Amino acid sequence: MRLLATIALTLLRAKLRQSIVAAVGVMFSIAMFVTLLGFMNGLNILLDGLILNRTPHIRLYNELRPSQEQPVQLAYKDSAADKVPLHDFIRSIKPKDDLPRLRNATAIMEALEKDDRVLAVSPRLVAQVLFNVGTTDLNGQVSGVDVMKEVRYYMFQDYLVAGDPNDLATGNNTIVLGKGLADIMQAKLGDLVQVTTATGDRTMLRVVGYFQSGIADYDKVQCYANIKTVQKLLARPASYYTDINVKLHDLEDAPIMAKELAQRFHVQAMDIQTANAQFETGSDVRSIISYAVGVVLLIVAGFGIYNILNMMIYEKLDAIAILKATGFSGSDVRRIFLLLSIIIGLVGAAAGLVMGIILQHIIDNIPFVTAALPTVTTFPVDYSKRYYVIAVTFAMATTWVAGWFPARKASQVDPVEIIRGK
Amino acid sequence: MNVNGPALEVEKVNKSFHDPITVRVLKDVSMQLARGEFVSITGKSGCGKSTLLYILSTMDTDYEGELRIDGEATRKSSGERLARIRNEKIGFVFQFHYLLTEFSVLHNVMLPGLKLGAKSREEVEHHAIELLGDLGIADQALKGANQISGGQKQRVAIARALINDPLIIMGDEPTGNLDSRNSNIVFDIFRRIADEHKRSLLIVTHDEDFAKRTDRIVEMDDGRIMP
Repeated sequence: MRLLATIALTLLRAKLRQSIVAAVGVMFSIAMFVTLLGFMNGLNILLDGLILNRTPHIRLYNELRPSQEQPVQLAYKDSAADKVPLHDFIRSIKPKDDLPRLRNATAIMEALEKDDRVLAVSPRLVAQVLFNVGTTDLNGQVSGVDVMKEVRYYMFQDYLVAGDPNDLATGNNTIVLGKGLADIMQAKLGDLVQVTTATGDRTMLRVVGYFQSGIADYDKVQCYANIKTVQKLLARPASYYTDINVKLHDLEDAPIMAKELAQRFHVQAMDIQTANAQFETGSDVRSIISYAVGVVLLIVAGFGIYNILNMMIYEKLDAIAILKATGFSGSDVRRIFLLLSIIIGLVGAAAGLVMGIILQHIIDNIPFVTAALPTVTTFPVDYSKRYYVIAVTFAMATTWVAGWFPARKASQVDPVEIIRGK
Repeated sequence: MNVNGPALEVEKVNKSFHDPITVRVLKDVSMQLARGEFVSITGKSGCGKSTLLYILSTMDTDYEGELRIDGEATRKSSGERLARIRNEKIGFVFQFHYLLTEFSVLHNVMLPGLKLGAKSREEVEHHAIELLGDLGIADQALKGANQISGGQKQRVAIARALINDPLIIMGDEPTGNLDSRNSNIVFDIFRRIADEHKRSLLIVTHDEDFAKRTDRIVEMDDGRIMP
């Protein structure tokens, strides 16, 4: 085998320029593959994170639903549906005038805390409010949250463009305004804003920070306060919650677990996959396109290798004939040319990986500032080792196939034909 | 294996070319080559002498009949086995030298020896230098195969044929491209190989002076060996 490698290397040196061209083909395709996928997946992670970081894996809530029991049903409570002699057109019983409170929330939370699949449970109390600014009122939604849990599990601080989450957690009657809302209200940090609830209660809240999610409409409405402040605002007791957010260890458990929780606790349960199906679709499509481009590049590089080996074999027919005449078998000759191809592939792949990693770092350092993404300053790149492995594996497979056909042709060269042809 | 048996023997070898029409080029050819015998094959061009030689060399396997090299029947051997036989037992010198231009003279001589793998690299190299010295071209050993003269190239090719101490040296017009001075040098080398090293030589030639000086002349005409 060492002898065959020596012969392969000598042939390679004799055709150095063409071999380098072939290796450069592999190098560029590997570099582009790695760069493209790293960049594309970096973007995917960023864009998904925009929503997914802030979204609980399962959200438990109570939806406002129409009252099921109308007068007719009440009157014929015990009769079967087809025995009811009257047509039901009176729908006087309206949904209850109540916030969609989660009943028995404390017990549900306790049960969830004990579940092995659950990473964190955090309650929420969402209140619709009006912000009184001068003579006009602005619509708003205040989410009462467990601030420290939000920081720990939902990257709250990443979206806080000004202020300290601790002020929100410990302060009484404090609020973090959406950046868009704060701009309209011209509210500075430390200012007091007046809030009116749906029931007409008014409270003054102190601004301790700005929140920017990157979604402009959302930032014009959404505000955060700690949960006690919102309970006070609505004049509700301490166990009053509208949502329970659950973060799981494994995101994939969410759909099944959501169904299970909905049945067990008689609440609505929304899993992240159902709520954000479009994000996964987008990510998948972007990944497929990147892989397709990368694979096409590698195949083109494979054709380059195929061409150069074919040319080399035509130029080296004499050498092949004499090798066979002096005792090298067909499979020896095949191995020589296969080795040639693999050497070109390996050198190209190694150079391509280095170039790809350099390109990834260059992209990673290009400034990328957007109002939508307060924490992002440069283009995102995913340095996942997976892409390096896929690129090299595929490059080796391509060069092997590209080398195999010419190598087989070389192994079938009939030395008598070549030698007698002279 | 019989040490005193013939180095090579063929029995009733027939071969036809089928393109464009079927032509029988060898008709019931039988012959033997004893150990240490220096034989030349002569005949008009197209009489089948080269065709016979390539069958004897095991490179051409498309024939009918029996071929035994050193007592081993090769008719049904695999390609791998035939390559091994060529490597170990047959040294070939062609009309054209067929040196690998990418390699040095020394490396060209060494290649079949390295392929055989019977000796270490150092021993093969030593042997190759010895052979080149014998043939009077030791000083050219490190030159590229393209940097030496035609006569020298043919001597390198002979050294390459001898590297594995083969049982049989075959030559297809080995002096065909050489002037008379170089032809004589090559003949003298062959003579010495036969006499001193007891190798069998089987040389196809149309050079009558060359043929007359060999031990035996096998004359062919129209695919048959003339009695």
